[in-house]
Amino acid sequence: MGQTLSVRQLEAWYGSNKTLKGINMEVASNHVTAIIGPSGCGKSTFVRCINRMHETMPGTKVKGEIILDGKSIYDQDPVALRKMVGMVFQKPNPFPSMSIYENVVAGVRLNGMRNKQNLQGIAEKSLRMAALWDEVKDRLNYSGMSLSGGQQQRLCIARALAVEPSVLLMDEPASALDPIATTHIEELVRQLKEDYTILIVTHNMQQAARIADSTAFFLNGELVEHGATSEIFTNPNDKRTEDYITGRFG
Amino acid sequence: MSKKRILTTSMGDQTLRLLTLLMAVSVLVLMAWMGWQMFDAARPSIQKFGLSFITNRVWDPVKEQFGALPFIYGTLVTSLLALLLAAPIGLGVAIFLNEMAESKFRAVVGFLVEMLAAIPSVVYGLWGIFVLAPWLRETVEPGLAKWLGFIPLFQGTPVGFGMLAGGLILAVMILPTIAAISREVMAAVPNMQREAALALGATKWEMIRVAVLPYAKSGIMGGIMLGLGRALGETMAVTMVIGNRPDILPSLFAPAYSMAAVIANEFTEATYDLYLSALVEIGLILFGITLVLNFFARLLVWSVARGPKGGNVV
Repeated sequence: MGQTLSVRQLEAWYGSNKTLKGINMEVASNHVTAIIGPSGCGKSTFVRCINRMHETMPGTKVKGEIILDGKSIYDQDPVALRKMVGMVFQKPNPFPSMSIYENVVAGVRLNGMRNKQNLQGIAEKSLRMAALWDEVKDRLNYSGMSLSGGQQQRLCIARALAVEPSVLLMDEPASALDPIATTHIEELVRQLKEDYTILIVTHNMQQAARIADSTAFFLNGELVEHGATSEIFTNPNDKRTEDYITGRFG
Repeated sequence: MSKKRILTTSMGDQTLRLLTLLMAVSVLVLMAWMGWQMFDAARPSIQKFGLSFITNRVWDPVKEQFGALPFIYGTLVTSLLALLLAAPIGLGVAIFLNEMAESKFRAVVGFLVEMLAAIPSVVYGLWGIFVLAPWLRETVEPGLAKWLGFIPLFQGTPVGFGMLAGGLILAVMILPTIAAISREVMAAVPNMQREAALALGATKWEMIRVAVLPYAKSGIMGGIMLGLGRALGETMAVTMVIGNRPDILPSLFAPAYSMAAVIANEFTEATYDLYLSALVEIGLILFGITLVLNFFARLLVWSVARGPKGGNVV
């Protein structure tokens, strides 16, 4: 089951550069929430704050509060938090020294699971959820790098799902992929919201319109508008949102 | 038959190609020529002793008896000891500097570690004579003999000058090579890989184990092999602390001799042709051992770097 997130007065810095200027946002469970906005608007930083990945970079700072399932994420060990909040990155990043199978179960193994039968079960289930099983079931011991870009990205999604998080963060997961691979990923996202709360950063507005239940528009480190996707795209409240989605800037 | 395609018509490019080709070939020619010259000079000794030169343990120039085994043994044992000590420490230094340390501290310590490589080996040798050997004789070797004396390696009189001193001094000398190369290859691991591991809930150590080390392993192995190469050929510092006695004793405390050391020490004293020829043959063997070890090292790097089927070598 997915879980709700509420973000309160979130501020984030890279060195002296303030990239998030007080974000307040509620993220519904089992929804796909798209984060849109021009480059440098803070949308990536925003999702990287939710699994506390932002803080791993030197010289960064965060203020404010993020509540996941009733608890502040800042009261938890980031290592434990990241098992509940999975992440898929912009570029597919399978571990090159590992096979497809080893890639999928890498996170589960880190959690101490050693039983081979259980691991195989988890690998199959995760690969099926990521819609990759049929393509790789006969070559699980091949390198993850032997797959195409789109397949690699679904492998990374399977790897994130195998840990059974409740929230899945996706940072422009299809931006490095061709249109067919993108379609695969989008279908997958629509199916996954049954079980997960999904936040997806995208610079592609059509993509947000196709897959997201709600959409948030970020500009210069501020959340300009957040609402149902249909509302945002047909009847935005803010002039800046309208300008952005009609292509007047960005 | 298709016509051969024209790659370039530029005179400059063709001249550059020829010039660089010449330089590349000259290295090969030089190596082959050196090998041949050494073989030629060693011929009297090779003809007289044959294979027994390698298996014979007696080195007695007065009786015209020449066996290289003690030197081969001394070189291999001290180099191996140095590798066993320096590889884990060098890797630890690299991991700390790359993954743990603050950036200011990293720059300072990284620089100091690399400075170790700039110290001339004769200075290491002096330090070995005046600091390392007395310390080994008075503190380390009696201690080792007391606690680990049941192992033959740690038995016998503490002398200070011996294989332990040789191995230790080599370890210090190859440490910066291993640390610096490991650090560089680890710094080249894409941050994406680290974030992939962290996002799965890896701790720092797990991230290093899952994402950094596997990605960097062939480079790290290369660094270790470069260190081994330096240890095998190192002459001056080893000569000054190894004890220079052509003997094969199981104890690490015992004085020994290395191939490079005997060549340097006895070359000027080689009063007759066979003696000189035997020394050159030792040089030839050292040359051969270095080549063979490098070949196996490449094989090892290649086999660990291959990874799962269908992947690229990383």
